[in-house]
Amino acid sequence: MPYPFLKIKRASISGLLGSAFGLLLGLMPLASSATVSERTLSNGLKVIVKEDHRAPVAVAQVWYRAGSMDESYGTTGVAHLLEHMMFKGTPKVPAGEFSKRIAALGGRENAFTARDYTAYFQTLQAARLEQAMALEADRMTHLTLAPEAFAKEIEVVKEERRLRTEDNPQARLYEQLLAAAYTEHPYRHPVIGWMSDLNSMTVTDARHWYERWYAPNNATLVVAGAVRPEQVFAWAEQYYGPVPRREMPIRKPFTEQEPQGGRQVTVRAPAKLPAALLAWPVPRLQQPATDVEPYALEILAGVLDGHGSARLPQALVKTQRVTLDVDVGYDSVSRGPAQFVIGLTPAEGRGVSDVIAALKGELQRLVKDGVSEVELDRAKAQVVAGQVFQQDSLFYQAMQIGEWETAGLSWRDRTLRFDRLRAVTADQVRAVAEKYLRDTRLTLAELVPLPMPIGQPALISGDSHVR
Amino acid sequence: MFAKQIMAVLGMTFMACSAQAGLDVQQWRTSQGARVFFVANHDLPMLDVSATFEAGAARDSAATAGLAGMTHALMRLGAGGLTEQQIAERLADVGAVMAQSQDADRAGFSLRTLSGASERKVALAVLQAVLSRPHFESAVLSREKARAIAGLREAETQPEFIAEREFSSRVFGTHPYGLHQRIESLAGLDATQLVAFHRQYYRAANLTLVLMGDIDRPTAEAIAQQLSQDLPAGPAADSLPAVPLRTQAETVILPHHATQSHLQIGLPGMTRDDPDYFPLLVGNYILGGGGFDSRLMQEVRDRRGFAYSVHSYFMPLRQRGAFEIGLQTRREATDEALAVVRSTVQRFLDAGPTEAELKQAQANLIGSFPLRLDSNKKIVEHLAMLGFYGLPLSWLDEYPRQVAAVTLDDIRRAFRARVVPEQMVTVIVGGQDTRGRK
Repeated sequence: MPYPFLKIKRASISGLLGSAFGLLLGLMPLASSATVSERTLSNGLKVIVKEDHRAPVAVAQVWYRAGSMDESYGTTGVAHLLEHMMFKGTPKVPAGEFSKRIAALGGRENAFTARDYTAYFQTLQAARLEQAMALEADRMTHLTLAPEAFAKEIEVVKEERRLRTEDNPQARLYEQLLAAAYTEHPYRHPVIGWMSDLNSMTVTDARHWYERWYAPNNATLVVAGAVRPEQVFAWAEQYYGPVPRREMPIRKPFTEQEPQGGRQVTVRAPAKLPAALLAWPVPRLQQPATDVEPYALEILAGVLDGHGSARLPQALVKTQRVTLDVDVGYDSVSRGPAQFVIGLTPAEGRGVSDVIAALKGELQRLVKDGVSEVELDRAKAQVVAGQVFQQDSLFYQAMQIGEWETAGLSWRDRTLRFDRLRAVTADQVRAVAEKYLRDTRLTLAELVPLPMPIGQPALISGDSHVR
Repeated sequence: MFAKQIMAVLGMTFMACSAQAGLDVQQWRTSQGARVFFVANHDLPMLDVSATFEAGAARDSAATAGLAGMTHALMRLGAGGLTEQQIAERLADVGAVMAQSQDADRAGFSLRTLSGASERKVALAVLQAVLSRPHFESAVLSREKARAIAGLREAETQPEFIAEREFSSRVFGTHPYGLHQRIESLAGLDATQLVAFHRQYYRAANLTLVLMGDIDRPTAEAIAQQLSQDLPAGPAADSLPAVPLRTQAETVILPHHATQSHLQIGLPGMTRDDPDYFPLLVGNYILGGGGFDSRLMQEVRDRRGFAYSVHSYFMPLRQRGAFEIGLQTRREATDEALAVVRSTVQRFLDAGPTEAELKQAQANLIGSFPLRLDSNKKIVEHLAMLGFYGLPLSWLDEYPRQVAAVTLDDIRRAFRARVVPEQMVTVIVGGQDTRGRK
C-alpha cells in the first residue's frame, strides 16, 4: 500500500479495508451508472445508492467533508479524536451502545479518518439497514462528548500514535516526508496529530470540531448493496431529514507554492535497513472530462510499478538488485495538492545514494526513450481487468463513490475516467515524467539506521500465574 | 446469483430441520487425486482459482527453517520455460492477478482473471507452469535469500515481531509450529532442497482446488485436470505430530527501547476440526474476539485507556494452533495492563459469560454470517479452508445452527479445559522497567 498512513481507523480489528487502495484498480464498470441513484435532502445531505443484489447485504457509509486538512495548528489530530468520540454516546444511545447494537444486528462497523474526510460505516444484512441508518443519523447531531469519556479516549489515541508512528521508523520517515514536502498546505500534518497537540487536547476542542463540521450539508451518505433506492431515500428522509442544516465556515483555499529547489530531511532511528522516500508535487484530478495529466500520471505509476513486470521492480529489484523493494504511489483523487511518491529500501551493502542514482537512471531513460506501446497496453490491461474485479467488493464500490464525492468530483464522471485512462498516449506519459519528476522539485526523506540501544538482559522466570 | 442461496441458508437457521442447502457447490476429485470445488457464478465476467497445498511452514525442519516459504516464493519466479519476467508479463498482459499466501499448514496460490477464453487461457497456463514445473534457479534463489535475510534483520528490530517469535517458540516448543526462519537457516538453503520440497509436497494428493466464476462445469473439469495433471506424483503428506501441552506458567521479558510494551499471552488452543470449535468461537467472541463487544476491549481500552488494540484469538490449525491474547501499552502501564488482562481472563474462567453476553455473541455471529459469503473472494476462501481441512460442505450450512446451540455450560467447560492459566506463557517485549532507555 503506497500511502500506508494516510488513512487510519478506529481499530485494527476489521480486515475490511484490506488492500482496497489499489493503484490503478480504481475504476467502476461502464454499466455502473445505470444502477446508481442520487438525491439531496432539503437539509443538504446528499444520498447516493448503488444497487448490487449479488448477496443479501448492504453497506452504509457516511462521509463528512472534514479531515485532518481542515485542522489548525495546536489541534492537529482532532478530526481523528472526534471519530473515536463518535462511539461514546448520545442521550438516546449511551456510550458503547452504538457498537453493541450494530453487533447485535449482525453488523460490522468502524470508521476511518483521512486527510480529506472522516467516514463511518456499517455492513450488515440489507434487511437490517434501517436500524443502522437510524443509529448513524442520531450521532450526526446529538453527541454527548462527556469529559470523562474524553479523558480515557485521548489516552487510547496516544497509544495508537505510539503504535503506528513513534515506535515505527518507517512511519516516522513518512511523517517527516510530508512535513517537508508541504510548506503551506495542512497536508503537512499527520492525520493522527502531533503528540504535543494530543497532550494538550481538550474535550472543548473536540466539541468545537463537532459543531463546526458535523452537519447534513457537509456529508454524503453512500449505500451499496441489495437495496431499493426509493426505500433508502425514504429512510434517509425519515432519519436524517430532521437534522438541521448548519452554516459552514468559509474554507480557506490553501495552495502550495512551486518548490524553490530540492528539499531533504533525515530521520535517524534504531533500525537495520536504510530507506528513502521521494515525493514530487503533481496535479490532481479536477476536471475529469478534460484533464490529461492526472490520467497520464496514473498510467505512469502503472508503468513504473503497477504489476510484477513493471519497470522499477524489474530494473531495480531483479536486474540491478540495488533495492529490496520499490513502491510507487499516486492518488489522483484528493481535495488538496497531490504528490507522486516513490519508496525504496536499499539492498544489503547498498546505500540510499545508490538506490536514488539507480532510480534516477530509470526515470531519465523513460524521459529520453519514452514508453513502449507494449508497456502502455500492459498498464491499461490492469485498468480494464481492475474495473471488473473491484465489483466483487461491495465496500470498495461504496468507498469509491464516497472518495470521489468528498474530493468535489461526481460519481457520474467515474465512467469518463475509465475511457480517459484508456486514451492516455505514450507521449503523455513521457511528458508528465519529464515535467514533474525533476530534482529541483523533489523532496527526499532518508532513514539513517542507528544501532539498537542495548537493553537490560532478558528476564525469564518459571513463575506461577499471577492472579 | 448466490444471494438467494444464502437466504436459503439463513432461512434454515430458523427451521428445525436441516437439508442440503446453501451454495450450489459441486465437488469431485481429479484423476490424480486433487480435491475440487466448483461454483458457477455468472454475475461478473471473471474467474477465481485457488490452489491450496499441504506445504506450509510446519513442513520445515529446524535446520532448514524457511525452506517451505522459499519454495513457495520461488515457484512463480521462473517455471515451465518462462523466466520470472515472462511470467509477470503474461499475467500483466491479460490483467490477471496472482497472489500467494502461506501459514503453518497451508501454501496457497490464488489467481483472478477475466473469464473470457483468451485472457483465461493465458493466465491458467501460467498458473499450471508455476504449480507443476518451477525452475528454482540458483541465481534467483540467492537474490531472494538476500532479500529475505535483510527483511529478517529489519524485522528483528521490531517489538511486535520479537514478541510473536518468542511467543510461538514458547507455545509450541519443538513442535514444527514453533519453527522460525533464522539467518543461518535461510543462508544454508540450496536449490536442490527446494526441488525436493516441491516434489514431496506439491502433489495432487496434497491439493485442494477451488474454482468460482463465469465458466461452466465441463470447462471447470478441464481446468482442474490441467492444473493437476503435471504435478509431482506420490501419496499425500504424513500428518503432523500433535502439539505437546505446556506444563507450567512462564513469563519472558525481552528488552526493547520502544515506547510501548508488546504483550502476548497464551498456549496451544484448538484444531480446525475441534469438537469444541463452536463453544470456543462463541466464548472467545465474548472474551476478546468480538471487538468493542468483548470484555478485554472494555476492560483494557474503554475503561482504562491502556491500549489501542487488545484481542484474544484461537488460531485453528490441523493440530492445535495458538490461543493468544495480544496488546500493546505504554511502558509505564505494562504491569497494570497485564494484571487487568489476567484478572479478566480469570473472571471469565471462574464465572463464565452471562446469558446476555451469550445472546449478544450469538446474534452477531449468526447475523453476520451472510457477510462472510458476500463476495466471490470470500466464498472461495471458505471453500478452500473446508477442502483443505477435510470438513464437510455442510459445515457452512450448519454454522448458524451450531452457534445457536452453544450454551453457557459449553463455554465454561471448553474454556476451563483449554485456557489454563497455570500453563500459559506471557511474553513481554519492553516491560515496565524504563531504565536504560534513551
